Amino acid sequence: MDTNTKTLGEALRRNGVTRRGFLKFCTATASMMALPPSMVPAIAAALEQARRPSVIWLSFQECTGCTESLSRSHAPSLENLIFDHISLDYHHTLQVASGEAAEAAREAAMHANEGAYLVVVDGSIPLGNPGYSTIAGFSNLQTLEETVAGAVAVIAVGTCASFGGLPKAYPNPTGAVSVSDIVTDKPVINVPGCPPIPMVITGVLAHYLTFGTLPELDHYGRPKAFYGTSIHDRCYRRPFYDKGRFAHTFDDEGARKGWCLYKLGCKGPMTYNACATAKWNQGTSWPVESGHGCIGCAEPDFWDAGGFYNALSVPTGEISRNASYAIAAGVGVGAIAAGINQRTRNKAVRQHAEVTIEDLEKR
Amino acid sequence: MSERIVVDPITRIEGHLRIEAQMKGNRIEQAYSSGTMVRGIETILKGRDPRDAWAYAQRICGVCTLVHGIASIRAVEDALNYDIPKNAQLIRNLMIGAQYIHDHVMHFYHLHALDWVDVVSALKADPQATAELAQSLSSWPNSSPGYFADTRRRLADFVESGQLGIFANGYWGHPEYKLPPEANLMAVAHYLEALAWQREVVKLHTIFGGKNPHPNFLVGGVASPIDLNSDSAINARRLSQVQDVISRMRQFVDQVYLPDTLAIASFYKEWFKRGEGLGNFLCYGDLPATNMRDRDSFLFPPGVILDRDLSRVHEIDMHDKAQIQEYVAHSWYNYSTGKETGLHPYDGETQLDYTGPEPPFKQLQVEDPYSWIKSPRWRDKAMEVGPLSRVLLLYASGHEPTRELARFALAKLDLPIIALFSTLGRTAARTLESKLLADAMQGWFDDLVSNIKRGDTRTFNEALWDPSTWPETCQGAGFMEAPRGALGHWVVIRNGKIANYQAVVPSTWNAGPRDASGQSGAYEAALQDQHTLVDSSQPLEILRTIHSFDPCIACAVHLADEAGDELIKIQISG
Repeated sequence: MDTNTKTLGEALRRNGVTRRGFLKFCTATASMMALPPSMVPAIAAALEQARRPSVIWLSFQECTGCTESLSRSHAPSLENLIFDHISLDYHHTLQVASGEAAEAAREAAMHANEGAYLVVVDGSIPLGNPGYSTIAGFSNLQTLEETVAGAVAVIAVGTCASFGGLPKAYPNPTGAVSVSDIVTDKPVINVPGCPPIPMVITGVLAHYLTFGTLPELDHYGRPKAFYGTSIHDRCYRRPFYDKGRFAHTFDDEGARKGWCLYKLGCKGPMTYNACATAKWNQGTSWPVESGHGCIGCAEPDFWDAGGFYNALSVPTGEISRNASYAIAAGVGVGAIAAGINQRTRNKAVRQHAEVTIEDLEKR
Repeated sequence: MSERIVVDPITRIEGHLRIEAQMKGNRIEQAYSSGTMVRGIETILKGRDPRDAWAYAQRICGVCTLVHGIASIRAVEDALNYDIPKNAQLIRNLMIGAQYIHDHVMHFYHLHALDWVDVVSALKADPQATAELAQSLSSWPNSSPGYFADTRRRLADFVESGQLGIFANGYWGHPEYKLPPEANLMAVAHYLEALAWQREVVKLHTIFGGKNPHPNFLVGGVASPIDLNSDSAINARRLSQVQDVISRMRQFVDQVYLPDTLAIASFYKEWFKRGEGLGNFLCYGDLPATNMRDRDSFLFPPGVILDRDLSRVHEIDMHDKAQIQEYVAHSWYNYSTGKETGLHPYDGETQLDYTGPEPPFKQLQVEDPYSWIKSPRWRDKAMEVGPLSRVLLLYASGHEPTRELARFALAKLDLPIIALFSTLGRTAARTLESKLLADAMQGWFDDLVSNIKRGDTRTFNEALWDPSTWPETCQGAGFMEAPRGALGHWVVIRNGKIANYQAVVPSTWNAGPRDASGQSGAYEAALQDQHTLVDSSQPLEILRTIHSFDPCIACAVHLADEAGDELIKIQISG
């Protein structure tokens, strides 16, 4: 394969795109990602200088729901992401090549981008028996260890990769574990959800592509930008909770009028995710808006946290957050990564002052 | 000496599939299909609240993200004799229909098309000639020379970047790619458009189920209430959004998917002569006009076709233990009754028993167990399930719109009806049923609106929600026609909890290994049907036929109770 290293900036100029046009694009990108104008230079620099970063996506004990969710992202869309922003060099569901040709693509990407590529993982890893999940004759553990060796960071997409998810639910028949149970020597970003919100998956990638850093993480290794607040605290039905107005069954007056679903088992108070603000599928709706309580799918061990229709015994936020779930995997790794990111992020912010398109054109 | 070709991973599918082909010269003599990943979801389901089961079962697969949720709530409702309101049935039909069309279009463009479409050749296309081609096929508006010039430029920039990403290492330039550059460019444009289209049409699931993938379901109805005077329920705004999605689906199927299928197929007519395999086809039936007990009201009829004989449809009975059985002779499971025996799902019994080679390995020992998929059989015969089975059942049962559509498509291609028994027949059947379903969706939507107009806004039946109303022990089966074929879930409920759970899914029927008598599964048989490889290092032909089934391997691999300590007897209503 051609190893031409032409950058995006060069490609745009060769295709007759003016610098002003390019910067307008960067401004629009910043606006789309809800970033302040001061971030435009960072975006422009990132886009101009780099080849598209290589991303290797590994699928283990998974259902492909996370990939499907990726394909639902509106901004950036999947097609823009893979054509313009990243080089998706290995991905079972999307890549054309099969068999040896697919594995060769993975190996080529690892060699060409040693120390610089991102690994995305969906699915848990079974440790009960190496034969429980194999790809090209290799156990998932072998594939994961080999592939992450030269990676800059790992993004665990979905609750299975982040926390073990459904395969790890009692009695965990295959000995499934999370990515951060295995990868302990480099940053692991957990992007849980079953599946994660489409825009959250691409939002984490966009953060890395734009700022060149990993986002700040919470104690479960989750980006604070998307997992910093409970569903309950952002829920549009919260005023009805505060007023004590609840749906008592599906399709009663409370259900029809959009009152609080707490008594129907909503796990919003103990679930940290962006559903209530980002919503799903281009803001169309989200579970609570469509009448079903939150099932808590972004939290560790939510499958074993009691029935989906049983009301929580402790209905408020912070206390239940740590008490309700078993010990989360990856806390240590997440904290280290968060520390690294905090420093690099602060530095990045210091270096970028307010600028306009006009300022940029002078440069 | 004969060569063993291994393709692992098979990409552009759901899940983890490995194909090994034993060659005789350049011809496939024996093919072996292996599912290489197991999770154990049915074991995890034991002891749970049956009303929660849909959420666990749904995670069997995130591509056909709706089907296991639906099969699960139907199984629990069957066990409890739980009726659902008419609106809930119509909304479920709409969600199922939307799943089909979304799934089939994505399969065609994003999983299957690049077996037939050479992306690199598209760079040589003339945009003017591409526009003329597109306009000769359809009234789809994105067809100007400028539009195709832009698409070609975008593709050229991408290729020139030297980073081919998902297109790296494709078998570009393989002599089996037969489309002219203009058809390739048109298909690439539609590949990209379909990605954008699918993001819009999944919103139907989001409106009723709150999200997609993995929308929410509810035993006893649907969770989204209808209230025309509420801003937080299904109201006129929501219904307009649903109508918009249905219109977009119909337009894309009529103006892009159907014409593209016929246009591409016309260059590959030899693929209507190979890849049939079994010649036996099975359907459980689905999409009731009334309710799940009223099989006569189903859009898709249940039944079995044997040996290509369309003059006779055999009745299928899911609770007759002599009919459906699963074998594990070549699967990594044990049976207490012995590895050579077959068991009906009622008696479902499975213990994980990996006896394959220690990873890393080069080749499977195919005389031994070689897959995490079992081998289901109907009256000891291997069956194909899926779009081709449904279209043949519709055709055999005299469904006039299907006959007309099949006649139209075959006339366009100048092919006889027998051409459907093939690799591309399977692909074409998927397109044809999408057309039938897109039209049916409008009907269900109109019924929903008139029902609301009549004042019926019920979406949930509370009568049996409380487990204290349930019998101490009950059991039921939920079935559906998933996009990939016949799907059944069986549940046993004891003291309000799941005592046992078993699923037999479409890709288990199609992707399963040989049974105790050595009979191949549908993938294997299809590959053993007249497949020669032009270049064994680029086994494009294997991908074509395997992709024509739209494999869903996470679905296919399942496992029931590890103990296998009880016999389960289930009566299916109706």
